[in-house]
Amino acid sequence: MRFLPDAEQREFARTLDGMLGSAGTPGAVRSWACGDHGPGRALWARLAEAGVFALAVPEEHDGLGLLPVELAVAFGELGRHAVPGPLVETAAAGALLGRLGGDAARAWLPRLASGEAVASLCVLSSEGSPYALDADIADAVFVVDGDTVRLAESHGPVQPSADPARRLARPLGGTVLERGPKVAAAAAHAVEVAALATAAQGLGLGRALLERTVEYVRRRTQFGVAVGSFQAVKHRLADTLIALEFAQPLVHSAALALAAGDPASGREIAAAKVAAGEAAHASARTALHLHGALGYTAEPDLSLWIRKARPLRTAWGDPAACRARVLAAAPSGPGGVTGWFSAARV
Amino acid sequence: MDLDFTAAEDAFRAGIRDWLASHVPPAPLPSLETAEGFAAHREWERALFAGGWSVVSWPEEYGGRGSTLLEWLIFEEEYYRAGAPGRVSQNGISLLAPTLFEYGTDEQRARVLPPMASGEVIWAQAWSEPEAGSDLASLRSTAVRSEGGWRLSGQKTWSSRAAFADRAFGLFRSDPDAERPHRGLTYLMFPLDADGVTVRPIGRLDGKPAFAEIFLDDVFVPDEDVIGEPGQGWRVAMSTTGNERGLTLRSPGRFTAAADRLAALWRGAAGPGGTALRDRVADAVIGARAYQLSAYAHASRIAAGGSIGAESSLNKVFWSELDIALHETALDLLGPWGELSDEATQAPAHGSWAEGYTFSLAGPIYAGTNEIQRDIIAERLLGLPKGRR
Repeated sequence: MRFLPDAEQREFARTLDGMLGSAGTPGAVRSWACGDHGPGRALWARLAEAGVFALAVPEEHDGLGLLPVELAVAFGELGRHAVPGPLVETAAAGALLGRLGGDAARAWLPRLASGEAVASLCVLSSEGSPYALDADIADAVFVVDGDTVRLAESHGPVQPSADPARRLARPLGGTVLERGPKVAAAAAHAVEVAALATAAQGLGLGRALLERTVEYVRRRTQFGVAVGSFQAVKHRLADTLIALEFAQPLVHSAALALAAGDPASGREIAAAKVAAGEAAHASARTALHLHGALGYTAEPDLSLWIRKARPLRTAWGDPAACRARVLAAAPSGPGGVTGWFSAARV
Repeated sequence: MDLDFTAAEDAFRAGIRDWLASHVPPAPLPSLETAEGFAAHREWERALFAGGWSVVSWPEEYGGRGSTLLEWLIFEEEYYRAGAPGRVSQNGISLLAPTLFEYGTDEQRARVLPPMASGEVIWAQAWSEPEAGSDLASLRSTAVRSEGGWRLSGQKTWSSRAAFADRAFGLFRSDPDAERPHRGLTYLMFPLDADGVTVRPIGRLDGKPAFAEIFLDDVFVPDEDVIGEPGQGWRVAMSTTGNERGLTLRSPGRFTAAADRLAALWRGAAGPGGTALRDRVADAVIGARAYQLSAYAHASRIAAGGSIGAESSLNKVFWSELDIALHETALDLLGPWGELSDEATQAPAHGSWAEGYTFSLAGPIYAGTNEIQRDIIAERLLGLPKGRR
């Protein structure tokens, strides 16, 4: 067992971190929120060049995937830098079409992998959102409805989100691409990929918020000392770190389960989604509070991170649905949570 | 990155699982916080030692198997999964033994470890004092130089299971003139039945004598029972606290097994479709799994030549809070039966939730309060400035 990212995975993260850190990402987020997608699309192209969008596209369609561990590593960095756009949805659409194959896969997957095309995805269900993220700029919006998948023709009016960089619209009309039981199976797989990527993104977001807040409370002085020397402040930050640290291995394990095609992957991913979503949300609340009124202000870049946390907590598996999934069909008797989570380890 | 076990590790798991299947007592032993239960648990330690399973991570020469940290995690998973008795030798095994491995002499290891492994000698810790809790370095009990050894005086308290244990280890002030309170402390071992030692049991919240006060009145301890150099006791002790806070005191296996029992209780109480308390049950399961995976990551880091330092404080806060949340949820699921003590003839047969709950309440206090742990996390892991406690 070596349950740690390997050298290549760590290097991949460092590369993305360096690139996004020097690419003026906050400016791209603000432009995106105003409907100017130029800088965001430029960033998209650079991410594609680094291989991010190929990770969820099968090799036969010019991709590298599916590589769930690398996908989780990449989305951690995308979250850390609050990169805008239908990132998760493009990856999940890749996973969906990859499973379905056929003309749609041949037409779209190479373009998704290369970053030439941006996709959005909407999986209509009692749990899912009826909105497609950034439908207005996506080159393709795929809609799964029961046992059909269609390519939407247009979309309804864009609805403002709690995170201005998330632009939501209902997909409308379109032609059916595939129909039948394999659609439901492919969609379930795509939702797992989306939940994993969102969990990883949330974790990166939460870590960035914690880092910024630690930096701030070290600098900010009141009563003649750094506010970060006060126990009330320290302890809240310590709790924030604890939640993030214990969510991380759940995300890694979920990625491994998905990579192995483990029948328990849904449960692993649900656990990771809850833990990462809650940790990121708590980190945002901590950041808001410990920045004082500054944290409650839209102008500082901090707000770009804070406002993303809550939507990510809900997106692709809200906490209640994920908690239910963790307990669903759990074996009875003293089976050991070990065995319960992963069929490979009974 | 992987979570795979080797064939040898699988065989190790199968070995302990088989042994436990044929040795774990069919009915739970009486509470180990009572005289009768303590004796029964000591017997169990003897059986565990005879099977070669009492101290798997120790070197073979002292009764262990030289197991890796990952194998120890496997052992613990299987141990608690099988519902095996609590470890009455816990304090010696997880606190004193690691200290002896690091600072003890060969003679001390040869003399102290084998009887510890077999349960023949059970150890209590003697650290806290009435005026020295979180601020342990302010302790006042003294060790005064005497011919061939030291004479101990003072009062220790909150000493787990000292009411029934055989020997104790603790810190004593040997140089009252030292520049700083951390200096001038010495780490010593002493028998609890020595002349001048008085042990007064203290009832825990549920009334059981789970810990005790120890009064020392000019108790002679020979030089051979000093661990490390005189005056270096603080450093020696701190190597142990890392062990206590970290994985080895409360292994993930305890919590994965408890989360399983909780999930079974929830299913029984609510039915598979029930949502009552579902989210809290799910969080306990997720928490146990997170701790287990985090331990695998730690074991991987150590196997790769790394080490765990202040991160052990993350574990301490996490498992102690998980333990309380898990038991609170169980008691809520039990409804009117939740208030029955485990000894009640009509107590639910789901396991010792009442005692487990009482025990969990101490978690945020012992082994360094969670406030101390959060200070450590903030200062050493996040780099925040030191301030007033």
